[in-house]
Amino acid sequence: MSDELDQLTDAEPIKDPGLPAHQHRPTDVDPAQELRAERQITGMFTVASLLLIGFCVAYIMIDKDQTFLGWSAMNFTLGATLGGALLLMGVGIIQWAKKLMGDDEMVELRHPAASTAEERAATLEDLNAGINESGFGRRPLIRRSLFLSMSFLALPTVIMLRDMGPLPYGHKNTVWKKGMRVVNDVAGTPIKPSDLQVGQLVNAEPAIMYEKDKDGEAVLHGTELLQEKSKAAVIVVRMKPEAITPSKGRENWGIDGILCYSKICTHVGCPISLWEQQTHHLLCPCHQSTFDLADNGKVVFGPAHRPLPQLPLALDSEGYLIAVSDFPEVVGPSYPELARDQKRLDDKS
Amino acid sequence: MSTVDERTNIEDTEFGKKAAGPVGWLDDRLGLAGASKRSHLLRKVFPEHWSFMLGEIALWSFVVLLLTGTFLTFWFQPSMAETTYNGSYTPLNGLEMSHAYASTLDISFDVRGGLLIRQIHHWAAALFVAAMIVHMLRVMFTGAYRKPREINWLIGISLMVLGLVEGFAGYSLPDDLLSGTGLRFVDGLLRSIPIVGSYLEYFIFGGEFPGDVIIPRLYMVHILLIPALLLALIGAHMILLVYHKHTQWGGPGRTEKNVVGYPMLPVYAAKAGGFFFVVFGFTALMGAVLQINPIWAYGPYNPSEVTAGSQPDWYMGFVEGAVRIMPNWESTFFNYTWSWNVFFPAAVLPGLFLGVGAAWPFIEQWITGDKREHHLLERPRNAPFRTAFIVAAMTAYGVLWIGGGNDIIATKFHLSLNAITWFCRIGLFVLPVVTFMITKRICIGLQRADANRILHGYETGVIERSPDGGFTERHAPLPVGSQYSLTNHDRLPVLEAPPETDHNGVAAPHSRMAKLRAKAREIYYDGSVDKPTVEDVHHAEEHLRDHDGHPVELGDEFQGVSESGVPRVH
Ligand code: FES
Repeated sequence: MSDELDQLTDAEPIKDPGLPAHQHRPTDVDPAQELRAERQITGMFTVASLLLIGFCVAYIMIDKDQTFLGWSAMNFTLGATLGGALLLMGVGIIQWAKKLMGDDEMVELRHPAASTAEERAATLEDLNAGINESGFGRRPLIRRSLFLSMSFLALPTVIMLRDMGPLPYGHKNTVWKKGMRVVNDVAGTPIKPSDLQVGQLVNAEPAIMYEKDKDGEAVLHGTELLQEKSKAAVIVVRMKPEAITPSKGRENWGIDGILCYSKICTHVGCPISLWEQQTHHLLCPCHQSTFDLADNGKVVFGPAHRPLPQLPLALDSEGYLIAVSDFPEVVGPSYPELARDQKRLDDKS
Repeated sequence: MSTVDERTNIEDTEFGKKAAGPVGWLDDRLGLAGASKRSHLLRKVFPEHWSFMLGEIALWSFVVLLLTGTFLTFWFQPSMAETTYNGSYTPLNGLEMSHAYASTLDISFDVRGGLLIRQIHHWAAALFVAAMIVHMLRVMFTGAYRKPREINWLIGISLMVLGLVEGFAGYSLPDDLLSGTGLRFVDGLLRSIPIVGSYLEYFIFGGEFPGDVIIPRLYMVHILLIPALLLALIGAHMILLVYHKHTQWGGPGRTEKNVVGYPMLPVYAAKAGGFFFVVFGFTALMGAVLQINPIWAYGPYNPSEVTAGSQPDWYMGFVEGAVRIMPNWESTFFNYTWSWNVFFPAAVLPGLFLGVGAAWPFIEQWITGDKREHHLLERPRNAPFRTAFIVAAMTAYGVLWIGGGNDIIATKFHLSLNAITWFCRIGLFVLPVVTFMITKRICIGLQRADANRILHGYETGVIERSPDGGFTERHAPLPVGSQYSLTNHDRLPVLEAPPETDHNGVAAPHSRMAKLRAKAREIYYDGSVDKPTVEDVHHAEEHLRDHDGHPVELGDEFQGVSESGVPRVH
């Protein structure tokens, strides 16, 4: 091994001149420099101590709401004193190492990562003895049944995870149903066609999100509310009726150019919000999928595949917008059983 | 080197009298002195180079993360249960939100120094991932992953993956609008996994998105599971580093068989230890003056709201970009929906990056057939294929990154989103090829320049006029140390075609594989310039000494030379 390397070295065009001679630092030869470095470093450590005391003073004295140059005064002072102190300590220690600690380079020899051949042989022997004494090789019946039980050990491990969540059978669509009012998502007020001008877009939700039961408690709240919201949120837009090209069967899903679409992007489910009135395009801020609302929510750009589901609208007796039914299409991002669920929805209608 | 006279017994010195007691007490119980002596642990030599600091930055920012993270756990409540906010930040007063979000607001506004620690934690996280990636690039560019360090390379890759997941988990905890949007993305990604997607979604989120268990679960992952794995792997990373001894750059006196540098005690320990304070101090200053993740400005998570221009933390940018530029492919067969538009960019592509990265040392070893240990780092130019390959991968990463910011670029530079997306789609495949070729050419050019400097010396700037009126510039030889450094690397192997048949004239059993390998090797070494041979140098020396038949005289004041080519005059 070393012979090989030596031969290689022989073939080197330039011989290794060896480590260059050690060069002394100014602090090694000039006592004045040495003293200066010592003072500098001590100075840094001392200032660090002062800053840390300053940290405590600031912690006690500064009011939480005070500001300084637009920053929170507390945050700034605590950070500046702590950061300054730490930096000074760090730089001080490094300076000490660089300027004053011994700077003779040392040479250490490397050894191959591998153990010696004897060590390896001895280990193999031990391993062999161990395996032999166990009879691991000689008793295939025991061995195999052990492997079998070992692999069965995976079963409880996996089955125990079963209760991490319910099974995803039958993704329910949304809380929208026939006759449910479409309400404004800020105050929960119902919407009349006259509230909307041409070109306007309103974020809306099903009325149930704002309903209270007889005890005055919200019908939906907490997690349930968020889960339903993440599927049922909609946008209501008004366009010129002649600009809209409804596909077959959708001709009467709108009221005077007012259409309602799911707000949840069919890509990975971001709420969509950027509306361009002129082009009737709705752009998702997450990955820029763009849907044409005048053309049945068709995807015109971006990574989303399915069109934005549309909610058929009608008016109730008081003249407010209501849903005719739940979405006839699956809302939100795709999932493996989507095709089946969609078929079920199609069969229903 | 040691201050103790060889003849005096260390136990009789002043130091010995003081230290022998405690050292003895410990050694009686742990027997560490033997191990320390055998491995020279206390005086272990570490070579110096600025690029060796990158891993240290990652290590120390991890320590900062542990310290600041512990502080944050005193107040943070990982619960998605609903509460009504009633704290110092008045704009959100009376709003319904989760305990997670409310307690993060409390940390930011009501716990003194809480905001600072939160910001240090976030900055340190960004630094941690950044340092790991740059450190990894350093290791790759210099071939430091070669035998015997392949296992440490794999540990490093695992550390990086864990670091990314850890960062993402932390980003999701405050339950603000941005973190919820991030989780919504994870939900979409889980759903896109073929066949089992819905099951994974329901099991991980405990039901339909968002559910009420994901934050407590991520909290456990973020403060226990992954940190424990990280700690264990970092420990293994360091033990292997000490066992293998650090790689070093070649040069006079620095060989494959030694390591030249400063001993752990005191110089290296002081420098590295001091550097911890520098990293902590630096992140603390950032926490003081640079706002990061102002969750109060985003509001609590609401699945029907999103902020425009929402961006993940920088290290997720390439995945984000891939997701954005992916064509909208989705198909239905076997009665299942297959969302390639999400699954491919968010799961397959990152897997591909990591897989190739992890396998690279073994692929390279298979191509070159090099089974030797390497402790001297290779200059990027001396491995043109590898260097170009890394640059190509970086280019692809960069294109994806641009894709991840396509909306911001579009608004800032008034470009069409469509155009940027198509640029990225095409660029992802074309630009890496272009940068590969350019990088390889540059490397080969630099190799030639090196050979030139060895053989013809450097330009002295001394212009001579010959009797017939021509001008020439004198060259002087490089100092031998520099010459040696330039040639201190492996010679190119002789490429030979693999035998078609074995000794008996039978078609060689692995000839297909061997042919493939020979081809790969040819491509790998293609264009590389070998270093000069002994004869080349011999020739050149004579030529240099004997310029135009006259010996080169540079005068007395011309002593020494500098590698930069500027004559040094004392
Ligand atoms: S979530 Fe809308 S484009 Fe990705």
